[in-house]
Amino acid sequence: MGVLGGRSPPSTPILSSIRAIAIETLLSLIICPMRLFRRFLPLLVVFLFTACGSSNAGTSQSKTLYIQDKGSDTIVNLALAWAEKYQAEHPDVSISVTGGGSGTGIAALLNKTTDIANASRQMQAVEIQQAKANGFDPIEFVIARDAIAVAVNPANPVSQLTFQQISDIYSGKIDNWSQVGGQDRPIVRLSREVNSGTHVYFRDTVIRLGDAKNKTFFAADTLLLPSSEGIVSELRQNPNAIGYDGLGYIPADLKKVAVARDASGPYVLPSVASVNDKSYPIARDLYMYTAGPPTGAVKVYLDWIVSSEAQAIVENLGFVPIKK
Amino acid sequence: MKKSLNWSETIITAVIKTCGYSAIVFVLLIFFFLLREGVPALAEVKLGDLFSTRWYPIENYFGILPLITGSIIVTLGAMLIAVPFGIGTAVFLSEIAPRWMREILKPLVELLGGLPSVVLGFLGILLLSPFLRNLLNLPTGLTALAGAILLGGIAVPTIVSIAEDALDSVPQGYREGALALGATNWQTIWRVTLPAARSGVLTALMLGVGRTIGETMAVMMVTGNAPVLAVKLSSIISPVRTMTATIAAEMGEVANGSSYYHVLFFIGLVLFLISLVVNIIASSVALKSKTRAERVLS
Repeated sequence: MGVLGGRSPPSTPILSSIRAIAIETLLSLIICPMRLFRRFLPLLVVFLFTACGSSNAGTSQSKTLYIQDKGSDTIVNLALAWAEKYQAEHPDVSISVTGGGSGTGIAALLNKTTDIANASRQMQAVEIQQAKANGFDPIEFVIARDAIAVAVNPANPVSQLTFQQISDIYSGKIDNWSQVGGQDRPIVRLSREVNSGTHVYFRDTVIRLGDAKNKTFFAADTLLLPSSEGIVSELRQNPNAIGYDGLGYIPADLKKVAVARDASGPYVLPSVASVNDKSYPIARDLYMYTAGPPTGAVKVYLDWIVSSEAQAIVENLGFVPIKK
Repeated sequence: MKKSLNWSETIITAVIKTCGYSAIVFVLLIFFFLLREGVPALAEVKLGDLFSTRWYPIENYFGILPLITGSIIVTLGAMLIAVPFGIGTAVFLSEIAPRWMREILKPLVELLGGLPSVVLGFLGILLLSPFLRNLLNLPTGLTALAGAILLGGIAVPTIVSIAEDALDSVPQGYREGALALGATNWQTIWRVTLPAARSGVLTALMLGVGRTIGETMAVMMVTGNAPVLAVKLSSIISPVRTMTATIAAEMGEVANGSSYYHVLFFIGLVLFLISLVVNIIASSVALKSKTRAERVLS
């Protein structure tokens, strides 16, 4: 009674004994925690065992097959769509898709931390050598085709460029839109990061004009934006900007530029049709690589990807299906 | 004394000692890991190449000077913005604002400090960079200036909390003495209170610098990531690439053990050393022995 400061005591003996236990526990918690621990130790042990036991009982009987798919940010949306469709039809397979760039995917394949590497560029000789040094031969699968669109702000009057003009713009030789038929504005160059297959492919095909000995670089003040969304948002609100990305990533409200190999050639806009009849000059294959010939669940998945069922959803995402 | 009481005291003392030493041990372990992975870069890449001006690592151009200057210019810009705002806010909160205003404003400032930097980076891309482009007639708004403004905003809450506590702990006797000698409020603040709280305020500034130089996401989204050598005054309105954004953007793609991998860890080592130097300066200022006058008065 004295402890609770003058309140009336409980009427029943049960309540009074509960109160006594509660007070004793509280006091021992403050004064000597060890005594409390020793008293509740058996209870704790029983609790832990039941917890362990219940988790064992919860495992499912069927084995889940895991496939790890990593790499190109160009391919990632397509790979996700494929993974979702495949998992809906094959519930025993679990596919994990991540982006990070073609370079990231290929590095993961070389480090053996992924089953499939998505790449929007081919593996380079030095990477293939490293694979062989790590004990396997990388196997290449073409899983779709893609166009790289060069885009400008909708307010920009320029609608066609040759490879040489694009190369001079990106290497810094041309600095003002008026030099290619536009307004008197400085040119702001947008690019993907260096780990992107799109970056490497664009550099080799357009900026270096397909010549292996050409060593032109991107200008030092080229903005290397970390995602396609960054490029799109800057193109949308900056009338000075020019950028490039996969056809599926340039939304309809941006202006695509018609590209020709040289001043005499036809200027072609990127589309599924112009990639298929080979008239658009910046078209490329998209790849998936495995470490050695694929087996088991990975083989079944890759066979499904090149089948007509999977290729039917390629066009919805802005890519070009491989022709059968 | 009961035997069980001594035993529990020994255990608690040992646990507290372990926690204290572990802080030092973790920092040392991180430093040795960075050394182990970063120093091979000095062996694999010539020193002249490592400190050249072109950063294009996929073709083995490992010049890290543009990255270092990028980080420095963004930090300097952020400090130019954060120091007046931070110290001004701290002085206002502790010396001038009435008690009720202080009770409201201090938690609000600390709330600003809790804002995730990604959210600020997002606002930077969508709102700040077009605003800067239109205001200053720049080719693009994704510049070191945008990064500096965002980082200044991130550093202000850190500076305000600590500087305000430092100003609060100046004994009331100092202010009363100054006022008794006929000083105005502002003279008291500027000539007596602030110098008395100098060590705490400088610690706050150094912590702000440390926070700024290590910030990754916000700068990666708004500075444009262009590896330009930022040494001219006009570089503040050009795109730059910071060391932190480089490590974040490129660490995923390196093959384990390659020279690219070692160079990225070398950049991390440089960042760590810069933070270490900043913290050493901060602590040497904070723990400086007091002048004779300060010892007499306190």
